[in-house]
Amino acid sequence: MNGSQNAEPQIVAEDLVKRFGSFVAVDHVSFRVGRGEILGFLGPNGAGKSTIIRILCGLLRPSAGRALVAGIDVARDPERVRERIGYMSQKFSLYRDLNVEENLKFFGGIYRVPRAELAERMRFAIDMAGLGGREHALVSNLAGGWQQRLALGCAVLHRPPILFLDEPTSGVEPASRRRFWDLIHALAADGVSILVSTHYMDEAEYCHRAALINRGRLIAIGSPEELKSTALGGDLLLLECDALGATLAVLQQAPGVIDCSVFGDSLHVLVDNAERSLRELPDYLAQKNLPPTRLARIHPSFEDVFVQLIAVDSAERRAAA
Amino acid sequence: MKWHRLKAIAVKEVLQIWRDPRSLMIALLLPFTQMFLLGYGVNLDLKHLPVCTFDREGSQLSQALFKHFQASQYFTIARNVTSYAELTAAIDDATCGFAIVVPPDFSERLNDTGSALVQAILDASDDNTANLALGYATAVVTGYSANVQLHWLDRQGRPLQQIEPMVVQSRVWFNEDLESRNFIIPGLVAVIMALVGAQLTSLTIAREWERGTMELLVSTPVKPVELMFGKLAPYLVLGWLDAAFCLAIAALWFAVPFRGTLFTLFFTTTLFLMVVLSIGYLLSVLIRSQVGASQVALVVTMLPTVLLSGYVFPIDQMPTVVQDITYLLYSRYYVTILKAVFLKGSGIPELMTPILFLVVYAAAVMVLAARSFRKRLD
Repeated sequence: MNGSQNAEPQIVAEDLVKRFGSFVAVDHVSFRVGRGEILGFLGPNGAGKSTIIRILCGLLRPSAGRALVAGIDVARDPERVRERIGYMSQKFSLYRDLNVEENLKFFGGIYRVPRAELAERMRFAIDMAGLGGREHALVSNLAGGWQQRLALGCAVLHRPPILFLDEPTSGVEPASRRRFWDLIHALAADGVSILVSTHYMDEAEYCHRAALINRGRLIAIGSPEELKSTALGGDLLLLECDALGATLAVLQQAPGVIDCSVFGDSLHVLVDNAERSLRELPDYLAQKNLPPTRLARIHPSFEDVFVQLIAVDSAERRAAA
Repeated sequence: MKWHRLKAIAVKEVLQIWRDPRSLMIALLLPFTQMFLLGYGVNLDLKHLPVCTFDREGSQLSQALFKHFQASQYFTIARNVTSYAELTAAIDDATCGFAIVVPPDFSERLNDTGSALVQAILDASDDNTANLALGYATAVVTGYSANVQLHWLDRQGRPLQQIEPMVVQSRVWFNEDLESRNFIIPGLVAVIMALVGAQLTSLTIAREWERGTMELLVSTPVKPVELMFGKLAPYLVLGWLDAAFCLAIAALWFAVPFRGTLFTLFFTTTLFLMVVLSIGYLLSVLIRSQVGASQVALVVTMLPTVLLSGYVFPIDQMPTVVQDITYLLYSRYYVTILKAVFLKGSGIPELMTPILFLVVYAAAVMVLAARSFRKRLD
């Protein structure tokens, strides 16, 4: 999918800024999403992910910058954009006092799905959400995972070429989350461009590209592999030892070590050269009477990547301020 | 405006109303109970006021005076006392609202001079009743004294034909029985429908904001006008039902004479409903909170309608400034229409002015409501 994002971008954000009073929620964010591409928005709560998505849906007016969706300027002509998008908001927003079928019919009517197609489209949405046999169940009686899949079903009922999914898997049990990502991939395979946000860092693996948002800024964007190999700016080692705290303090002064953090009952050590550090670190620690019980190179997880990137970003901002 | 979307909104709204039977019951029962409570509660007529008599003479003439009181439909003699202390007690404990005292020299003075004084004591803690009672009592006494005077002149040997008292022959139109109820009840329908109509719609947009469903709705291509008419339509039907209840109670239960046509009533009621439903809708759009919108709706409909619509308090007796303000009040026109349709049997041509005002009002509020609805979160 990597090549297609340049071909014909379906979503373009150029230098987007959103201020609420003196608070800058979105700070000069730019990115593009190609046809059939899944771009994941990752970052802590309150980072500004939802705000960017709402700007792109025409729900918030950007303070500066430009947003194009399906080639249309969102600020100028939001209504034409709205016909071409499907949106799943962060807070569940279907009608709980209506049943599954009634919700689908409602959105079918709002998007003016032709009568001849509606039955087939509803069937598709119900099958996709795995809600067969529950067409007449009140939405308030459905479990979280089913509610979210129905919300996705309502969002794709009118076959929009572009989908905005704001934390669609939050509060959903792991098995359901997996199933949800399968659905997203099936839609992307049909050519739908998808911008999806999540605060589960591991879900970056499921995206074609992931963008990390921290405090309103886009601090890294790339494919999962790119991010893991380059974003850290070094190699990652796992170190097990007896005295975590003392070792941590010593390691931060050690040669070749960029950063070090506690990870469960072991340490993750970021070094500029893995081979050299694997050779030299055990002796260095032994001299300080803190010999490690285990030292090995590991592949960084997204958690490592993001923790590191956010730490660097925060440090830079502090320095700038 | 696309029919498709309007219909989708209306169907959804009907389903939500149907799924919430408690609110539906309130919407249908409220006008019912209000009609009875206020219909019986507001009554400006005085009938069978309990009277206390203190006859200090005990003559034929004094007893004849009391008989006149007893014969009048406005008074009932409840107690005959023999001292001022008893009389005071009867007024104090409110067993009687009115007392009449005949002096010991009543007959004597009547016979000698042809005129005598009687004393009336009134409980004016309710000044309206006291005023009415005094008026009726004066009428009773005047009637009685005319009789007495005739007798007196007769005995003096003066020819009766010399006396030609001026006589007013009055004919009362439209409310022949001079029943205040006939005049109040049609106005009461307007008060209740103003209250109920605005309440019905004041929740509808605010509920979508509070439940979070609005965020998704504004991300769709739905237009503010489609949303408004889609939401107003089901409530108009509910409003028709409520109005039918109220009007039927007015005509059938309270027996207010109905001389107009059902068509005029239906047409003007629909216009009025459009006004109050859109006011509730506008408030819901502006306030975005169910509690807030319904409170404000209560204040902007019920209060001005009760005070300024002319439902009980006649507009032409208000200060000029206040009279001018009443022209801004939609319910004023509906009160005028209802009283005219019920009591005079007026049709649409005679009611053109208030009808036009209602049309302009409805259109203005709807334009305002549609324009106030922003499909944005900021």
